[in-house]
Amino acid sequence: MGYSKDQLLARLKELQIEFSQYEHPIVLTVEAQAKYVGNTGGVLSKNLFLKDKKHRYYVVSALADTKVDLKVLSQRLGLGKGGLRMAPEEALGEILQVPLGCVTPFAVVNESARHVSLLLDQGFKTQKCCIFHPLSNDMSISLNAQGLDKFLESVGRNPSYIDLEANPPVGKDQPPDLAAFVPSDSPVLSDLPGKAPSSQDSTVKSVGAATNSAAAVTAKAVKPSGKAQNVKEKPVDSVRPPIPAADAGKFVEELLDRASALLLSEISEDSIKQHGGQLGDEVANNIKKGLREDLKNLATIFKNTAYTEGFYAGTRYQPKRL
Amino acid sequence: MEKTEDKNQQQEEEQVVNPWEVSAKDGGKIDYDKLIDKFGCQRLDQSFVDRVQRLTSRPPHVFLRRGVFFAHRDFNDILDAYERGEKFYLYTGRGPSSEALHLGHLIPFMFTKYLQDAFKVPLVIQLTDDEKCMWKNLSVEECQRLARENAKDIIACGFDISKTFIFSDFDYVGGAFYKNMVKVAKCVTYNKVVGIFGFTGEDHIGKVSFPPVQAVPSFPSSFPHLFSGKDNLRCLIPCAIDQDPYFRMTRDVAPRIGYHKPALIESLFFPALQGENGKMSASDPNSAIYVTDSAKDIKYKVNKHAFTGGQESIEKHRQLGANLEIDIPIKYLNFFLEDDAELEHIKKEYGAGRMLTGEVKKRLTEVLTELVERHRRARAAVTDEMVDAFMAVRPLPNMFD
Repeated sequence: MGYSKDQLLARLKELQIEFSQYEHPIVLTVEAQAKYVGNTGGVLSKNLFLKDKKHRYYVVSALADTKVDLKVLSQRLGLGKGGLRMAPEEALGEILQVPLGCVTPFAVVNESARHVSLLLDQGFKTQKCCIFHPLSNDMSISLNAQGLDKFLESVGRNPSYIDLEANPPVGKDQPPDLAAFVPSDSPVLSDLPGKAPSSQDSTVKSVGAATNSAAAVTAKAVKPSGKAQNVKEKPVDSVRPPIPAADAGKFVEELLDRASALLLSEISEDSIKQHGGQLGDEVANNIKKGLREDLKNLATIFKNTAYTEGFYAGTRYQPKRL
Repeated sequence: MEKTEDKNQQQEEEQVVNPWEVSAKDGGKIDYDKLIDKFGCQRLDQSFVDRVQRLTSRPPHVFLRRGVFFAHRDFNDILDAYERGEKFYLYTGRGPSSEALHLGHLIPFMFTKYLQDAFKVPLVIQLTDDEKCMWKNLSVEECQRLARENAKDIIACGFDISKTFIFSDFDYVGGAFYKNMVKVAKCVTYNKVVGIFGFTGEDHIGKVSFPPVQAVPSFPSSFPHLFSGKDNLRCLIPCAIDQDPYFRMTRDVAPRIGYHKPALIESLFFPALQGENGKMSASDPNSAIYVTDSAKDIKYKVNKHAFTGGQESIEKHRQLGANLEIDIPIKYLNFFLEDDAELEHIKKEYGAGRMLTGEVKKRLTEVLTELVERHRRARAAVTDEMVDAFMAVRPLPNMFD
């Protein structure tokens, strides 16, 4: 069940966030909204609900006057040139749980919107008050950026403001500057709020999408240290495969495969004719020469994998009870 | 007034080589002899290569044999000490400004891996995510993310986890490391750092105070979890020659704070596919071979974009032979074709006009594809847990074994 307008207003009051509220007939556009609350002293916002090709969702909340270019935004997020579209109507109801024309940053209070990325216009910070819909189009509330921040923090979000009009170049040496805002595809654990967990792995350096690093970190902590086991609810393109085991059998098979392939290529009618009885020595030397570096590399990978397994186990080891 | 005008003119005519810009005079080739002269480092001659072979009982790395690593500072001291039984440690690094690594980026790491194996010494790898955050105006989070991604490609070069510590500045700066940074910073005046790196009044203070961060990994006391009690341990830094200014500064400061000067072993720049005069540019994916390129991509890039020294027509080519000085496939083979005899043969035949450009390009494509394939397979075996383990602040008890 999505949050209702009244529940939201009550929550704001609980958090002692200052705001003004204005009731009006249902409005579906910023122009219509302006007719009723345009001269209340606050600045109107426009709110877009967007989707990318991998079914990740974004709420872009900006001052009504800020120019938002979806093509530029798409590139800055690292989604390529045409990666962002307006989200379909059904998604509004399903994910944000708000009616048509009511996209608002407050919608992230809903569980269903947990993985929606929120992009806020830095222009909000310099305004005295900004106007948003409180989950319903028959009312507008006006509050300042600090109030909005306080609310967002209370639901486990880390509000970050960006320059939506900027158009920095994006290329191989200039990575997309908003890449961190793309929700990561981490599996979802049911009781998880957006907050970063306090039980952080000392070995885990948390990186990744701002609001979703939390999910990624806890997903890792749940992973068993031994054999591979799939974490539940893995989405289609999962990010964290289980820790690979250093498999001695596989390693040896790989070595033997390469050695025999090289051996077979060394023994031919020509080489037999050429070397006769010395063929054995010749082939042995060639195999050593040809395989030495390759096998050393394989062995190093094996060693590193085994060490990592041990290291991981070591960080979770329970000292003997004396 | 006149004096400064003259100086400016001179600067325009000279080549520019520093950590943030590399450009040749008049768009020509980099003059490495002049560079060695100007920087004051030494040429690495054949006697060094022979000595390394003797000391390590294995064939010297292809980059040494072909003069890719061609200059040094105090490498002979390192070798002298090694002969006496005194070990050293290696220090190299990367500025993680992008996810896409090309072959040129891998060169110092490939060489460093060889040094680690041949001399059996430990290695610290610095990821300067703070530097990129400051110079490329990326967010802190993005730089940290890039650092981890780059770490995976670095690990794929085959470093031994029991002898290697990888760290990112954002994670590691502090404690003993920071104490050394302050010691170094106290010894370098603002004027000096402007003189070395060319900072101006418009540059922010982050840039101005960054150089000590890249300097202090040269001192073993910056890594108490690895080298405590070994204050006398020497450091060898394999890097491309454009990093020399950082370490000139470091070598100047070291004796003043009671540390050994780090030794350096420096490489040439890796040429762009379009030729020595071309620039490897991030916005032009055809200017370099990336580690993520498929076999098809490599074949296409080598065939369509590699600048060759072959003649315009087959007849002319058979008559005059290829110009090996400017031929990129030959230069790339110089870097990556292991077999000395085969390379000599190709150079001879191609230079005489008996071998055609197409053949040389075909061989190059094979060599590069094998290299990139091997890297990709190794990269696939690197997990986030492995990165965590490489980057964990942990002792390395077997680092000299």
